[in-house]
Amino acid sequence: MALFSPTSPNTTDSETGEDVWRHTPLVPAESVAGRALASVIAIMTFLAALTAGFAFVLADASHEWRGSVGQEMTIQVTPRAGRDIEADAAKAAQIAGGFSGVTEARAFTRAQSEELLSPWLGAGLDLSQLPTPRMIVVRRDRQAPLDEIGLRAELDAALPNAMLDNHGAWMQRLDTMAQVVVSAAIGIFLLVLTAMALAIGFATRGAMAGNRDIIEALHFVGAADGFIARQFQFHFLRLGLRGGVAGGLAAILLFWTLGFLSRQWTTSASGEQAEALFGSFSLGWSGVAVIAGISLAVALLTGLMSRAIVYRSLGSLR
Amino acid sequence: MVRFENVGLRYQMGAEILRDISFEIAPRTFQFLTGPSGAGKTTLLRLILLSLAPTRGLITLFGHDAALLDKTAITEVRRKVGVVFQDFRLLDHLTTYQNVALPLRVQERDEASYRAEVTELLSWVGLGERMHVYPPVLSGGEKQRAAIARALIMRPELLLADEPTGNVDPSLARRLMRLFSELHKSGTSVVIATHDLALMDQFDGARRLVLGDGRLHIYE
Repeated sequence: MALFSPTSPNTTDSETGEDVWRHTPLVPAESVAGRALASVIAIMTFLAALTAGFAFVLADASHEWRGSVGQEMTIQVTPRAGRDIEADAAKAAQIAGGFSGVTEARAFTRAQSEELLSPWLGAGLDLSQLPTPRMIVVRRDRQAPLDEIGLRAELDAALPNAMLDNHGAWMQRLDTMAQVVVSAAIGIFLLVLTAMALAIGFATRGAMAGNRDIIEALHFVGAADGFIARQFQFHFLRLGLRGGVAGGLAAILLFWTLGFLSRQWTTSASGEQAEALFGSFSLGWSGVAVIAGISLAVALLTGLMSRAIVYRSLGSLR
Repeated sequence: MVRFENVGLRYQMGAEILRDISFEIAPRTFQFLTGPSGAGKTTLLRLILLSLAPTRGLITLFGHDAALLDKTAITEVRRKVGVVFQDFRLLDHLTTYQNVALPLRVQERDEASYRAEVTELLSWVGLGERMHVYPPVLSGGEKQRAAIARALIMRPELLLADEPTGNVDPSLARRLMRLFSELHKSGTSVVIATHDLALMDQFDGARRLVLGDGRLHIYE
């Protein structure tokens, strides 16, 4: 512009040494509303990741229950007049052990049976005086299939007082219970997700309200709507990522801590109960990936929401 | 350049605050828009800037019917118009330099391509030593000059200034008016909204658009 005399600009601030020509973001990087929004996002992501993580832990635990129950079968030998129950139990174990697909068939000894029944019948009882059945635990081979019908037929032919139980009814109950528990966890996760979307929507709207003067100034100096929307979308995407990553990491850390503690407590009775119910509290890579996905989705949601709000503000400005 | 034909404006169901406004701003002209406080000077400037839509009448800007312009076209038109707002509308988190460079930055131009131009302009308006400070520490007059520099940096075809000398001392006011006069001579049409009669008297040849009772009277 010929009206003005030229100057030679400095490149750094004499006091701070910063590059004074560096582009400052058009939307202020730090503000009270921005920090509040990042906190809301972090908390909501933490809660959503927690519910998703628990759904994973429960699904894994129920898989473990079903796996461990499904790997075992029981042969029950009932006492009958004129038959030697010890010999029948040994015979049943021998028949089962000889089948392909069985890794172990172990008859409970009298002492082990007494120990099993002692919580109900009291200690120091003599089973020979009672018509109590004897159990044979049959452990299946995970790799090789077992001819269950053949085993049942052979047992029926050799021992009329032996009955094979593959725990089918128990498995079905476990299946139903596991499905209910996992479905409930998924339902809670979806509710938390909805609450999170609403909370982030309100918080983004609040944070955007404080930036209306910036939208107007940019609008009147000739910025295109897309340019303005992009500035806000990147700003809120960054805020969303900050909050989402913080919340996701906190949830992963919590699961890691619970897993560590559960491993320390497995020797105690309550620890065993907890492990039986929830497994090892281990999320696995798929759980971590889902939490990372939630964090990313939250950031994207925040960015897109801010974009929609900017366009609405610009629409009202004309 | 700008043409108003029987333009009227009312807010919702209230009485018309501007009635039958008809005028034209030709290229390379200089005019004052004046009238008592509350007469509608700022409202008329907002109509020219297309930030308000009239309730009746026809506004033509740079040969286009304003009612038919879409958002992209409005942005294009707005880039030909420099505006000095009464309340400055500087962004507090940007330095004076960054505020003045804003119209160029929003066009996604490379910063190095306009740095010399912006610093020259800042020096000319007396803000050469204040270009890296933030608006909250600028005085009212300095903010005014920064706002004027921002309006001029795009070398607009039309400059709208709302009370541009309201916050400066008389000597700076004269200097700013000389700047507007120079701009006019270099080909920019200038509209200055003011109720400062002394200021207008310094430019005897300038056209006066006087608003009163919602109507516009033109004194050539």
